[in-house]
Amino acid sequence: MTLKFVENIKPDVTADIVYMMCPMHLLKLDEEMKHLENGQILEIMTDYDGALEDIPGWCEKTGNEFLGIEESEYFYKFYIKKARQI
Amino acid sequence: MRKCYFDHVATNPLDPRVLDAMMPYFKEEFGNPLSIYELASNARNAIENARSQVASLVGSKPSEIVFTSSGAESNNFGLRGIALARQNEGKHVIVSKMEHHSILNSARFLEKMGFVVTYLPVDKHGLVNPEAVKKAIMKETTVISVIHASSEVGTIEPLKEIANIAKEHKVLLHTDAVASTGNIPVNVKELGVDLLSMAAHQFYGPKGAGALYLREGLRIAPLIYGGIQEGGRRAGTENVPAIVGMGKAAELASAEMDERARHVKRLRDRLIEGVTKVANVQLTGHPADRLPGHASFTVEYIEGEAMLLFLAAKGMYIASGSACSSKALKVSPVLLSMGIPAGVAQGSIVFTLGKGNTDEDIDYALNEFPQIINKLRGISPYAKGWDEKDESHKCFTT
Repeated sequence: MTLKFVENIKPDVTADIVYMMCPMHLLKLDEEMKHLENGQILEIMTDYDGALEDIPGWCEKTGNEFLGIEESEYFYKFYIKKARQI
Repeated sequence: MRKCYFDHVATNPLDPRVLDAMMPYFKEEFGNPLSIYELASNARNAIENARSQVASLVGSKPSEIVFTSSGAESNNFGLRGIALARQNEGKHVIVSKMEHHSILNSARFLEKMGFVVTYLPVDKHGLVNPEAVKKAIMKETTVISVIHASSEVGTIEPLKEIANIAKEHKVLLHTDAVASTGNIPVNVKELGVDLLSMAAHQFYGPKGAGALYLREGLRIAPLIYGGIQEGGRRAGTENVPAIVGMGKAAELASAEMDERARHVKRLRDRLIEGVTKVANVQLTGHPADRLPGHASFTVEYIEGEAMLLFLAAKGMYIASGSACSSKALKVSPVLLSMGIPAGVAQGSIVFTLGKGNTDEDIDYALNEFPQIINKLRGISPYAKGWDEKDESHKCFTT
């Protein structure tokens, strides 16, 4: 899977899980997405490399749209758009 | 023989009401809080209830409380976790010379990792000067740690002023409130701190349970990696009975704090008045801004250890040096940093009173303690005074 890099996306909700390890990225993603409306965007900040595969994979599995990532100096920002109720 | 426990800063006896609350979680409610069946959800709910009780004691949101195994772990986690999480912003931390070993040695660990640490001096009462904090802050400073109340000399530090300075400079403030939480009012919002360490056994809860208040939105690097316990911040299956005990102890401390503090303060004042009547015995720490049950002294010409042994032989359990580590120290660095000569600091003794102490305990101590001092001074080679000794013991450090 090739990762898409994006810039200047305005998220509706941000979850900061920098320094938190697997499986916090999936638990937090699941929990936050439940509270979003369709069309809203979630930003997840994490330094966990496993998220590079897991988050796009989770989006594919659940039918939500993975918009892409933005890299900052020492963590990633993942952007996910809610496309359907979970 | 009468038994008097005067070492409450080392640990407190467990309140029987706390033990009652804990018992089901040792027995029938043994589930792992992470599992999904009812047995597990009972344990999970018990932890969340305890989190609310502890949060209510310190005026935080429940989600801002992370359970740990002890005050020492909370201190390590607070200081190291923040310093590491913010090392891209700077590698300078500030701690006071009044700190417990769990802060001082964490600071030394950070130094080995390439951090720069400033150790703040204190005055003769053990007070940190907020102006000194201001001067120590650099562009690279990320976190300051100043103890709330010293377990060794009882002094309560001017945290609010220090917190204002920290905020002004956008530096985080951690406080070791292990000796104060549950004994005097501790409110994270009023104090203005970003992180605060506490331990259950300092307010009649069990050993093996501590907590760190971590202000909402702060990133922290975990000390223990593994599972998702404590929101991914502290892995390891939770010590459910101890956490439940901490919650119950926090609830009781909130309800009974004024009454307990009034009781121990009255006894403490009697003790201080009586003990300082003996020649060459000085109160250490601040005379007014001190923990309500805390009476610490230096007794000149005698070693603290000798006093401990004689007092223990009379059924009185008391500490010398840093109140919970008399084995670890010869001379207390805290007393030295307050400008007390090394020779005098050898004769430090710390009485810490609790809700179980009575007027009769104080009568007993005031009757026996001066006799012990006189007996030891009678056999001490230093009894005639320091002037006859060489000057090597007078190593003031500031």
